[in-house]
Amino acid sequence: MNLYEQQASNRRKTWLVMAAFIAFLFLLGFGFDVFYVNVGGGYVPIGSVLALAVGSVSALASYYGGDRAVLLATSAKPLADLASAPDASPDEKLKLRQLENVVDEMAIAGGIPRPRIYIVPDPDPNAFATGRDAEHASIAVTRGLLDALDREELQGVVAHEMSHIRNLDVRLMTIVAALVGASALLSDWARRGMMWGGGGSSRSRDRDRDGGGIAAIAFFVIWAIAILLAPLIAQTLAMLVSRRREYLADASGAELTRNPLGLARALEKIEAATAPTAAINRGSAHLCITDPLGRQVNLKEGFWPDLFASHPPMPARIAALKEMAFQR
Amino acid sequence: MAFLIILIIVAVLAVWAIASYNRLVGLRNQVANGWRQIDVQLKRRHDLIPNLVNTVRGAMDFERDTLTAVMEARAKAMSASGPADAAQKEGQLTQALGRLIAVAENYPTLRANENVKMLQEELSATENKVGFARQFYNDIATKFNTAQQVFPTNVFAGMFGFKPAELFEITDVREREVPTVDLSRR
Repeated sequence: MNLYEQQASNRRKTWLVMAAFIAFLFLLGFGFDVFYVNVGGGYVPIGSVLALAVGSVSALASYYGGDRAVLLATSAKPLADLASAPDASPDEKLKLRQLENVVDEMAIAGGIPRPRIYIVPDPDPNAFATGRDAEHASIAVTRGLLDALDREELQGVVAHEMSHIRNLDVRLMTIVAALVGASALLSDWARRGMMWGGGGSSRSRDRDRDGGGIAAIAFFVIWAIAILLAPLIAQTLAMLVSRRREYLADASGAELTRNPLGLARALEKIEAATAPTAAINRGSAHLCITDPLGRQVNLKEGFWPDLFASHPPMPARIAALKEMAFQR
Repeated sequence: MAFLIILIIVAVLAVWAIASYNRLVGLRNQVANGWRQIDVQLKRRHDLIPNLVNTVRGAMDFERDTLTAVMEARAKAMSASGPADAAQKEGQLTQALGRLIAVAENYPTLRANENVKMLQEELSATENKVGFARQFYNDIATKFNTAQQVFPTNVFAGMFGFKPAELFEITDVREREVPTVDLSRR
């Protein structure tokens, strides 16, 4: 698939994922209404309304403000502020200027406007991109990454992040993250509702006597399972989307630099630094070039890692890049 | 009935032709924009060179040949007319700059100087930007050409006056060579 097909496919997927999540949230809310609020008796369907409201507000908020929230949470500083600081050493200025140039180069190679650049004060090497489209994009690298990598390797990492921006991965992943949060929140509320809703079960027994009991019970069972599994299903879906995009960003990053080995060497260095990136929390893990939590599950392939890992295993990524450079 | 079928076929063909035409126009504009981006980066390079030469002049007094070669190549490149001429002269400027950077590497005082380091970074960044602007231009021009030449678009692309875009390539054979540096101090 070329870039335009990638973008189109990601736009489609964004809508699909949003529709699936909204349907899912509606199921959670509707079930609550049916079993506890008793809509038929003239009550307001508070569960459905609440579920849809929480889902759409969190999706919209993350679409328009997700980038600022992530940057704020990681306490990232704009590069321009650091470079113009009076106590910046010449060496520091050179490093920052280099990063600025590398980002410029990759923006030219990709034919997109230059994204804003941020530095995250964290000694562990890592980087992430955020923003809903190329016009509103930001790239953030940690202090550790800036110190550890040379120019070519830095270029590889920036190209990887630039590809996330160009492919509209960031938009998809930000919305997925928000909806994962919303389903976790709602299923938590619904479970609490089930606990105190003793009266509710008596109402559902009333309904059984009215007839259509089997269907009602089946729906209740599906609903209860959905509530219990909601966070897990949402998380799995997000991870599945995330891992695919990582391989793709590696490949299209190499297409920008025409130098897959630069990124391969960068990934080797990043992997060698095993410490978790403290400044980046679980919520934005999927936006990073490597898993900031340093989870073991990201190192292996197989069934469980496929379910829970946000990134493909590092050795596999490095091997794929070396293969592009005919080094295998 | 037959009339209706013919009408539907004609309508489908018309929609397809309009979509293809619009796609080609969009690509043609992107190609033109890509070409202008190369010019923007070349201009940046021309602006940067006097700075670089002034900074290293003191330490590299006896490399006068290298420095003059750079300034002369710059002057020629700035007065170039037409894409082919410009490509050739910019190539010579690239060569002269490559030689200057390689020679400057041999001066410990220069290598340690913060200003020179910064200028070298700027210069290699500018060289990269020129390179990446050309790469982007070539990518988008290739796409434009392919879109024109595949069947069935090729049937009418020529009719509407679409011409294949020229790719940027190295015209000067010498530019393909890696610059050699004479380390003996004359």
